[in-house]
Amino acid sequence: MQPSGWLQLAVYVVVLAAITKPMGLYLMQVLDAKGRTWLDPVLRPLERLTYWLMGVRADHEQDWKQYTWAMLLFSLVGCLFTYAILRLQHLLPLNPQGFGPVSPDLAFNTAVSFTTNTNWQNYTGESTMSYLSQMVALVIHNFASAATGIAIAAAVVRGLARHTTKLLGNFWVDLVRVSYYLLLPICLVFAVALVSQGMIQNFQPFTKAKLVEPMKIQVEKKNDKGETVKGADGKAVMEEQAVTEQVIPQGPMASQVAIKMLGTNGGGYTNANAAHPFENPTPLSNFLQILSIFAIGSGLTYYLGRMTKSQAHGWAVWATMIVLFLAGALACWWAEAAGNPIHHHLGVIAADGNMEGKEVRFGIFNSALFATITTDASCGAVNCMHDSLTALGGMVPLFNLHLGEVIIGGVGAGLYGMLVFVVLAVFIAGLMVGRTPEYLGKKIQSFDVKMAMLSLLILALTILGFSAWACMSQWGPPDPATHALTDGTNNSGPHGFSEILYAYSSAVANNGSAFAGLSGNTPWYNTTLGLAMLFGRFLMVVPIMALAGSLAQKKLVPASAGTFPVTGFTFVILLLGTVLLIGALNFLPALALGPIVEHFLTAQGKLF
Amino acid sequence: MKTLFAEIRSAVLVTLMLAVVCCGLYPLAVYGVSQVLYRDKANGSLIVDAKGTVLGSKLIGQPFSADKYFHPRPSAAGNGFDGTSSGGSNLGPTSKKLADSIGQNVADYRKQNGLAADTPVPADAVTASGSGLDPHISPRNAELQASRVAKVRGLAAEKVQELIRENTDAPDLGFLGDPGVNVLRLNLALDQLPGK
Repeated sequence: MQPSGWLQLAVYVVVLAAITKPMGLYLMQVLDAKGRTWLDPVLRPLERLTYWLMGVRADHEQDWKQYTWAMLLFSLVGCLFTYAILRLQHLLPLNPQGFGPVSPDLAFNTAVSFTTNTNWQNYTGESTMSYLSQMVALVIHNFASAATGIAIAAAVVRGLARHTTKLLGNFWVDLVRVSYYLLLPICLVFAVALVSQGMIQNFQPFTKAKLVEPMKIQVEKKNDKGETVKGADGKAVMEEQAVTEQVIPQGPMASQVAIKMLGTNGGGYTNANAAHPFENPTPLSNFLQILSIFAIGSGLTYYLGRMTKSQAHGWAVWATMIVLFLAGALACWWAEAAGNPIHHHLGVIAADGNMEGKEVRFGIFNSALFATITTDASCGAVNCMHDSLTALGGMVPLFNLHLGEVIIGGVGAGLYGMLVFVVLAVFIAGLMVGRTPEYLGKKIQSFDVKMAMLSLLILALTILGFSAWACMSQWGPPDPATHALTDGTNNSGPHGFSEILYAYSSAVANNGSAFAGLSGNTPWYNTTLGLAMLFGRFLMVVPIMALAGSLAQKKLVPASAGTFPVTGFTFVILLLGTVLLIGALNFLPALALGPIVEHFLTAQGKLF
Repeated sequence: MKTLFAEIRSAVLVTLMLAVVCCGLYPLAVYGVSQVLYRDKANGSLIVDAKGTVLGSKLIGQPFSADKYFHPRPSAAGNGFDGTSSGGSNLGPTSKKLADSIGQNVADYRKQNGLAADTPVPADAVTASGSGLDPHISPRNAELQASRVAKVRGLAAEKVQELIRENTDAPDLGFLGDPGVNVLRLNLALDQLPGK
């Protein structure tokens, strides 16, 4: 753990803290239908035109059921829109490669994946998706799903801040204002900054480069009919072939990457995602990307404080998140810097740490930091391959997913997820002192606690249920040689189990990162992962919206000597305890079967 | 029912509106600005020789195996450095396949560079990168390869050291990230030296 890493970590936290207040103040304006921003002269006409087309009145507010219905309908329409484009892409324009329609199960998985802000990718972009599918069918959800998450968070915060009312705001207004005033302007500047670091933004076909030194490779020999020639032993005959060209990908990457990071979507333009030299060219572009993952979520905690007129509460929530973030980042960094003893015995310099699946320009520290941040938030972009992390280094992202991504979290989703834990923490504190718990002057009653617990139980039940089902089944592609069914894992032993557990954890938590060795593009995996993503987003949101509706209707009770304060050190400790206790109790047995046992096997030098 | 239809109409129209603004106008605006401000970078930071042939991108690694060149990291992208299938090995810490390949790479690396059988080898020299297109190697890795390249090319050791320094990307702003030697740029610089 080099000193330069400590410096970079300190700079990151300081910069994040510094942008939290300005971002929160800007959110106050964006999330207020009558709010004013300095972009009004340009964007106000566009906003009015959109409302006029939609037939929406900006001053009309909705109760929690109307708000939730509007959100669900919008998500359904968006999901069908994407599904239709993917299935019909062979009939639609902008398909120069002549790709056929995407298979029904893969189109379902992909449409759900992008609608739910997950961006799990079971497809290979460059060999499956037409330009229209990439640019419209997928990218629209990078904006829409991010705006939806922020809208829900705003409704929940209004539920806390208001009293004796049913109204939580207007979903359509929140959606449009967040897209136009928040996401678009930041992305525009951010994308150009990324291009300045070397990211591509063009509409050219792929470039062919002449290799400086042609490469010789062994390939299977084919006869005139294109069949593989087999030798007497039944194995394919290999022949030498010279590769003289390298294909360099091109395309409108920067505009897509900016929103993928800022909106915590994470779906990569290339297969290697943010590890690709074009998709993350320099350590500076890396710094900007990890900052943008946390930017809005961090600002939302300030928004919470402002709206509820208790800025200290906003900062207490922020502090809890940062403590959990630092713990994860340090643990992952320590594990990766320590490296893999099996490889050290083979003659690798131990002080270099575990470099498998990592890029030299990021090194151990920035790879571990990125892995932690991308799973604290529901981003899911990766700048190193999580499947090749050490056992304990890989457990950090997995555990982050299990906590429900409440450490800053996905845009909006992180805040409303954390507020569920706050309600529970207040409830537990109330039990300890034997009083009816209060949160910001609202009595927390049995309905509220039921809704909070329901959303947490759905998280644990879907992750563990689907993982267990997949482990008992053979859902992978058939073995090419023997045609036997497989479970689709790329590693054997406990690491194979970790691959499956990670897949469903990532899907339910709407993250999208993967232990990418798992071959998930099969009908069963596509379907069950798609369902896991739907449950993880919408089954969680409905109880949370019900909670918001219930809180908004309550009367304010004045604070008394018996009121548990939701600010300060004691509250932070209690909230930390609640998050960790629930996360650990639910998932520790599963983690013991995967990364924990693998850690001890690594120390013993056991291979699979 | 009437409100339901009104809501569906709103949902459909806002979807179309967002498609036009966020999927049409926005990428075109970024395209316009970046093509004016950063034309070379927006088009892939390509390296073009005097005849106009594209030799590669400054950012994308290429395979090298001849003794006269510095060697990049092992690559899991396709058959190696395949620009259309970026990615890592996705092999975990207890993978036998990974341990076998690292063991082989260590032996090969020592043999190629004339190192003693117990010399510790830099991790980046024997492990596959995340993208399979990593343009860099660590300075220590370059150091260990320098005498081989100098010997094959008949160059003074100082000259090779100087080129390594010139083609090393230092941490951004002096503290962000790790230093890396750009292998393609270094090898092209070696090829451009007069004489051999």
